[in-house]
Amino acid sequence: MSAIQTIPINWYLLLSAVLFSIGILGVLFRRNAIIIFMSIELMLNAVNLLLVAFSTYLSDSKGQVFVFFIMAVAAAEVAVGLAILMSVYRNSKSTDINILSKLKG
Amino acid sequence: MMKLVGLVPILPLIGFLIIGFFGKKMSKGLVGVIGSGVVFAAFAIAVGLFIDIQEHAQKSYTIDFFNWISAGKLSIPFSFLVDPLSSLFLLIITGIGFLIHVYSTAYMHDDEGFSRFFAYLNLFIFFMLLLVLGSNYLIMFVGWEGVGLCSYLLIGFWFKNTAYNNAAKKAFIMNRIGDLGFLLGIILIFVTFGSISYHEVFEQAKSFSSGSPVLTAIALLLFIGAMGKSAQLPLYTWLPDAMAGPTPVSALIHAATMVTAGIYMIARSNILYTLSPDAMAVVSVIGVCTALFAATIGLAQNDIKKVLAYSTVSQLGYMFLALGVGAYTGAVFHVMTHAFFKALLFLGAGSVIHAMSGEQDIRKMGGLKKYIPITQMTFLIGTLAIAGFPGFSGFFSKDEILANAYEHNKVLWFVGILTAGMTTFYMFRLYFLTFKGTFRGTHEQEHHLHESPKAMTIPLIILAVLSLVGGLVGIPAALGGHHFLEEFLKPVFEDSSFRMVHHLSHETEYILMGIAVAVMAIALYFAYKTYVVDKKLPAAEGEELQPIHNLVYKKYLIDELYEFVITKPLNFIGDAFHKVVDNQIVDGIVNGSGYVVNGVSGIIRKVQTGNIGFYVFVMVISIVLILFTQLF
Repeated sequence: MSAIQTIPINWYLLLSAVLFSIGILGVLFRRNAIIIFMSIELMLNAVNLLLVAFSTYLSDSKGQVFVFFIMAVAAAEVAVGLAILMSVYRNSKSTDINILSKLKG
Repeated sequence: MMKLVGLVPILPLIGFLIIGFFGKKMSKGLVGVIGSGVVFAAFAIAVGLFIDIQEHAQKSYTIDFFNWISAGKLSIPFSFLVDPLSSLFLLIITGIGFLIHVYSTAYMHDDEGFSRFFAYLNLFIFFMLLLVLGSNYLIMFVGWEGVGLCSYLLIGFWFKNTAYNNAAKKAFIMNRIGDLGFLLGIILIFVTFGSISYHEVFEQAKSFSSGSPVLTAIALLLFIGAMGKSAQLPLYTWLPDAMAGPTPVSALIHAATMVTAGIYMIARSNILYTLSPDAMAVVSVIGVCTALFAATIGLAQNDIKKVLAYSTVSQLGYMFLALGVGAYTGAVFHVMTHAFFKALLFLGAGSVIHAMSGEQDIRKMGGLKKYIPITQMTFLIGTLAIAGFPGFSGFFSKDEILANAYEHNKVLWFVGILTAGMTTFYMFRLYFLTFKGTFRGTHEQEHHLHESPKAMTIPLIILAVLSLVGGLVGIPAALGGHHFLEEFLKPVFEDSSFRMVHHLSHETEYILMGIAVAVMAIALYFAYKTYVVDKKLPAAEGEELQPIHNLVYKKYLIDELYEFVITKPLNFIGDAFHKVVDNQIVDGIVNGSGYVVNGVSGIIRKVQTGNIGFYVFVMVISIVLILFTQLF
């Protein structure tokens, strides 16, 4: 019994779902691109948490391998995403996503 | 020698390519030398082939080059057939063609399209040689279409003139109508015999009974092709209009190439015709009608080239009459003599036009004898030859045709002799109005009158000699002569020979000849009396004419009739289809689909608000929906 297993799996599921929902709501309702970005990270980490929990409960290390991959990908994504945000900011002096509507049909 | 046969058509093709690509950069002299030289080389080879055929026992050579088309049952080799008939035509085409090339170097000398002209001429000769040399109907068809194309290019040579372009289009379209018949005939031949090579088709055709419907259908379809190419009723109207081209072109089309293609094709397919008497009857009736019809029009024309054009149509009618009564040798004989004197007459007319600074109306000529004596002498010989003056080439070939027609059907003979009389009359009318009497043109033209250069007169003299002696190859037995041509062509017409021999006694032949000469003499006398003694002139433009005269002068209003019966309704239908089917239905469908796409996209594109929050919202909702549909 590792430390993780002292907490029932349902709690993890609940926490993960809450984190994920917060992330979605953040993406949906905030207008600041940086906050949206952070919300996306939150969603990713909610999934990571779930993967680690299940991995431990099922004694299967594959889940943890996935987590490492996701973290690596997320790091790359952050690098690209922040770079885009930088150039958006340079152009428009703002990180408000609503001003990025030039492609409107 | 036989190995060189491939060179015969290829030489003019090479000439065409060289002149066509580099002619503009070359001097006119070089263009003339190349253009005439390749044809002369082809002529030299043709002479060699002719001698070969003449001397050897083997009368028919097939020279294979490569396998052209091979698909399923169909296998068509690209090969040439050299036999007495094709070798004789080779001589006519390249020989007369060469003289016309030489003549053109002088006639076209000041034309800006000089090199283009020679390129077209060479191409014309190439296609005609292909037509004659092919050993199956498909190669003949390629040549057949090729000469149609070249006639279009040459008739419309002066393309800046709309009327000339229209004449060129007319020739092309009229020919196309005939070509369709020819093509259908070839297809029917393939369906019936499973092959289109002459050798196999004729071999199989022998086993058909005389008058079999399928052979009659083939013969009639092929004849429709010949009607278009050889200007017979009702497809003849393009030939007189073909005068729009430069005069050497008219000589080439009328004498050596193009219009003789129909005769060649029927002479080549003689067995198919011999076995279908109905088709033969059609050919002879159409032929004799055309001969008479065109001759009557010729009586009233005032343009020197138009008269000659109608005389060509008329003489072609004669040839078809000969084919229709089974006198294949007579037809080929007349092709040959006609090639001599018609080329002579056209080139002579060109020389007259050259001297008259472009004037073609014989009412404005007259008395040219003392200004252009060589042209006058040669033109007189040509006129005598076409009129059938005893001893001249036209006499023998016409006599043979008329004798055969007489034996076959007296009515055909009578119409033929009537036509011969008219031919004499209008040809001498032309001759007298042009060369006798006093000059009726302007002072400026009179001052300018001069004999043509040597490059033009020498071909005239050569052709005059040929017109004079050309008939000697076919002197009838009744005159104690020997018909060399008949003997030479015998292998080609062997299978049809049971219909060809005519059994007239020598006395009958003498009487027929006597009548022909008498009719000619009477017509000649009338022409002399009217135009030399009484010095009558054709009515000037705008003068009131007798109703019948007017009708003939207007060429029986055939062009107007075609315009009214065919062109106008077709235009009307075309207009109707344009306005309803094309503008309304086709355009409606095409534009309609555009409008629909435009309208729908106008609605849908409003979804693209540009608001990223909205996009994300839609995305999340969609994912949720997908999840729900997948899970439950």
